[in-house]
Amino acid sequence: MTRVLLGLVFIAAMLSIYPCRPLEAQENPYFVTYDHNLEEPGSLEIEYFSTFGTQRGGNDFHAFWTEFEYGVNGWWTTELYLDGQTTFHDSTIFTGIKWENRFRPLKREHWINPVLYVEFAHKSDGDKTIKEGEGHDVEADFLTPNSELRKGIKNEVELKLILSSNFKGWNFSQNTLAAKNLANEPWEFGYALAASRPLALKASATRCRFCRQNFIVGAELYGGLGDRHNFGLNDTSHYLAAVGGWNLPSGWTFRLSPGFGLNDNSHKFLLRWGVSREISGFDQLLRRMFRGKS
Amino acid sequence: MKPSSLRFFLAAASFATLVAAWNTRSVASAANSGLPQWFRSDVYAELGKAPDKDKHRANPLENDPQAVAAGQILFQDRCSECHGEDAKGARKGPSLRAPEIQKATPGALFWVLTNGVVRRKMPSWSKLPEPQRWQLVRYLKSLGTD
Repeated sequence: MTRVLLGLVFIAAMLSIYPCRPLEAQENPYFVTYDHNLEEPGSLEIEYFSTFGTQRGGNDFHAFWTEFEYGVNGWWTTELYLDGQTTFHDSTIFTGIKWENRFRPLKREHWINPVLYVEFAHKSDGDKTIKEGEGHDVEADFLTPNSELRKGIKNEVELKLILSSNFKGWNFSQNTLAAKNLANEPWEFGYALAASRPLALKASATRCRFCRQNFIVGAELYGGLGDRHNFGLNDTSHYLAAVGGWNLPSGWTFRLSPGFGLNDNSHKFLLRWGVSREISGFDQLLRRMFRGKS
Repeated sequence: MKPSSLRFFLAAASFATLVAAWNTRSVASAANSGLPQWFRSDVYAELGKAPDKDKHRANPLENDPQAVAAGQILFQDRCSECHGEDAKGARKGPSLRAPEIQKATPGALFWVLTNGVVRRKMPSWSKLPEPQRWQLVRYLKSLGTD
């Protein structure tokens, strides 16, 4: 697995320096919530994200993941994730692979825009990315040492209904989540809510890195809603996080998000950061690779 | 790597390769023959589908002296990949200097930018704030015909 991981990291590094045209991204700054904007057709976005989390009664951790997000066409975006984590004073482990797809069922823009999300994950119990609030996931689950956590492997299907609106420069997004461990476990539920806005709505007449329109700020709220047998807020964790993103004209985007647990089941503090680069014309790069001419 | 994760990874890789091959095929066909007439007509026809109230919206930045310059930067960053640096059309997108575009109302252009032509691979640009979409409209209208 380490060799596969290193291979993919190498491919990512090569792609990020390949002379493709970078596309100035207009990415929202969310880490957990999805909005209805899909990847532009033919574009590839390579993303790296980290989460530092505090752990009461145990060791703090640093979870990280890489995403390869590709716009297949105007209504379908597909993504491959590779996850890992380091638990301080313990070890670093690879925690799984996810394959995610988002489909936009409606042709036109509406007041509320739905997107359907389907994900298949092959992951261990050591996954600490907290990429979503789900079921009865609580802070105490992370006390188990990595040597034990990595033994628990699960195949999981996750479905989301993404509802999102753009209004007067604001984006409002709401995700409802249902996830099922395929090993005969009950369906688990979760939610995420978010809002964000660029600091300026008009673009500047000169190219610039620090213009206000390049900065997007907002907040997101997410957590679990129990499972099919015990639906509700009992034994669930919830987080509120400020989010900020900086979109550079060179195609790079930086994101930062300090988050806070809202109840005793939640980690007290999560600090997330990420960097991504969008490469437009990736489909043409593939064409050159396969056909040897432009 | 466990056999199950290897199978999953191989399946995902095969799928990604198929997708890449499919997209390569469609781009290549467009490059060899230019964009087919039916494709261009399809995209231009979207302008006629704008509802009347959207079609007749006035550009609030009509008198903004900075709007064309800002729109040009937005065009270079977002649109030129498909429509060409000079907006005369490229592999994926038709010319934006065509009479169909230049005769369209600002409101109709704004509506198409907002909604995209998703089935023809033009994404919705609703993620750009409204003033930026109007800046793009100002730039497009400043291009004139060929």
